[in-house]
Amino acid sequence: MMYKMDANVKKAIMLVTVIMMCMLPHILSKSIMTIVCSIMGYLIIAGALNVINGYSGQMCFGIAGFYCVGAYTMAILMNTFHVSFWIGIIPSGLFAAIIGALIAIPTLKMKGMFMAMITIGFSEVMRLIALNWTSVTGGTMGIKGLKAPMFFGLKTSGASRYYYIYLATVLLFLFSTDRVIHSRIGRAWMAIREDDMAAKSLGISLNLYKIINFMYGAFWAGIAGALLAPYKTYIDSAYFTLDEGFNILSMVIIGGQGTLAGPFIGVTVYQFLVEGLRFAGVWRYIACAILIIAMMWLRPQGLAGNSESVLAGKKNRSRSFIKLPEVFSLDRTFGTRRLGKANIG
Amino acid sequence: MNELMLEAKGVSKIFGGLTAVDQVDMKVYKGDIFGIIGPNGAGKTTFFNMCTGFYTASKGKLFFEGKDITKMSSDRIAQLGITRTFQNIKLFKYMNVLENIAVGFHINTCSNVFDAVFHTKRYKKDEEHVMQKSMEILKKLGLQDYAYMMAGKLPYGIQRKVEIARALAVNPKLILLDEPAAGMNPMETDSLMEFIRLLNKDGYTIILIEHDMKFVMNLCNNIMVLNFGKKICEGTSEVVRNDQNVKEAYFGKGLTRGIA
Ligand SMILES: Nc1ncnc2c1ncn2[C@@H]1O[C@H](COP(=O)(O)OP(=O)(O)OP(=O)(O)O)[C@@H](O)[C@H]1O
Ligand SMILES: [Mg+2]
Repeated sequence: MMYKMDANVKKAIMLVTVIMMCMLPHILSKSIMTIVCSIMGYLIIAGALNVINGYSGQMCFGIAGFYCVGAYTMAILMNTFHVSFWIGIIPSGLFAAIIGALIAIPTLKMKGMFMAMITIGFSEVMRLIALNWTSVTGGTMGIKGLKAPMFFGLKTSGASRYYYIYLATVLLFLFSTDRVIHSRIGRAWMAIREDDMAAKSLGISLNLYKIINFMYGAFWAGIAGALLAPYKTYIDSAYFTLDEGFNILSMVIIGGQGTLAGPFIGVTVYQFLVEGLRFAGVWRYIACAILIIAMMWLRPQGLAGNSESVLAGKKNRSRSFIKLPEVFSLDRTFGTRRLGKANIG
Repeated sequence: MNELMLEAKGVSKIFGGLTAVDQVDMKVYKGDIFGIIGPNGAGKTTFFNMCTGFYTASKGKLFFEGKDITKMSSDRIAQLGITRTFQNIKLFKYMNVLENIAVGFHINTCSNVFDAVFHTKRYKKDEEHVMQKSMEILKKLGLQDYAYMMAGKLPYGIQRKVEIARALAVNPKLILLDEPAAGMNPMETDSLMEFIRLLNKDGYTIILIEHDMKFVMNLCNNIMVLNFGKKICEGTSEVVRNDQNVKEAYFGKGLTRGIA
């Protein structure tokens, strides 16, 4: 049985967390804020990937492609068309979502590794377009001179200030995704993940809901890209390599797919590992690789994943080595919370 | 006569060299409880799979309320009003019972991503509908106590019931039950029988596959017998019980004709 928290207690915890998050730039040094900002960016994109791989059980390995589309859309809108950041952000996400639909449609009938291959290919195609379409994307030179936006006269440049844009977006992402997951749409996604035949027998159109799922994930990946461009003030195709895609995938796997908390834990663990082992040079990535292998072996559902889930694999259902408090698994499925209000008698 | 609901016209399914279903004709009328029986491997499940779009018939045609559903996808067929349960129970094992049923309401609700994010009126109406109707269905099947239990951990008999509950959530016109009494004890079987009668009274048309003869004979107003993919007999329980072909299919020629 799942542990249920009192709604008010939960709200209070959330409020305190948000206030603490708002204070962070006043507490932490600028160099740490840079890491925090990159964590925030990854939170959005890992969360987006988690919607695709975790909630509807597809195998998208090419999330960096959507990240790339969003970032370049924003950079081009700002640089070439002089559109303000605030106006450009939604179109960047939407454009990534459209590309998402274009990728989803030909892969509808594919599963597992086949889908993984196609999405890997897509990701590389996006990067190569960015690298070679010099007249639009600046080619190897990238796009320079992007400016962090003004917010009612306040500057947002620099990690300590831009952090608030990231924070707001992360909160918005969580808010929106939580609501979608706890709706008819989220239920359809999870039904497809758990048993696609049963889902079909209930009238759920696999095609439609896979497309919606891809578009939703791609939208937020695009938004993450759109935030990246003005933050870095400069982008080129090197930000969107396959390696980056695999890093993001690793974070999702480590944290636990199919939970909202999973990507948070995954991103944080991964980033601190990478930053903490900086002295080891490129060798530190071996630590990450070992961590992933260990995770696959010991806890395939991820740190925050529920040991009783389709994602846990057969072998580990009853013996998970790392026991986390149940509170992390609260949002594994959709109904318990909202449907839980009803009185059965 | 009642109106025709599901009609099969010379339906066959061929897997490589094996003809699993061979030229089967069937007519199911509104209000029927229609039984399909036959020895193991007779092609009963394969026939269900064609009626619900999981397989496409190799030959012949299927009509639901006059519409040709032979080549339709299973989700389209479900939307038209046919749902089913599976012989090897296909619940969402890692969701609780209530969540399983909530998924069943998919086609009776209509909110989209936008509604979900902004909690529009439509979303609230949908969720309320799901909640209220799920409770009704749970009560109807006596599953209240299991509402928050993980579906995959329940005893088989209960899982079968949950699967029926989920099918009811779709609000179909026709329900196909593949061995609904398998894994149930005699008491559970009897209560299931009562329940199916009740459903039938509520206006659902039912087709069921079952190996439990008492169950089928007591419940069904019309029975079709398949053997090696072919229809060998059709009629009321009286007719089927006394049919020579049926006896032979189940007991072999030697036994029924008394030839030593
Ligand atoms: N996808 C498939 N590919 C090949 N052969 C199949 C397939 N599905 C079923 N068959 C074969 O078709 C025949 C009929 O199988 P089916 O499952 O319909 O029998 P059944 O009447 O439901 O039997 P049971 O009472 O054991 O459930 C069997 O010989 C089976 O091996
Ligand atoms: Mg069968």
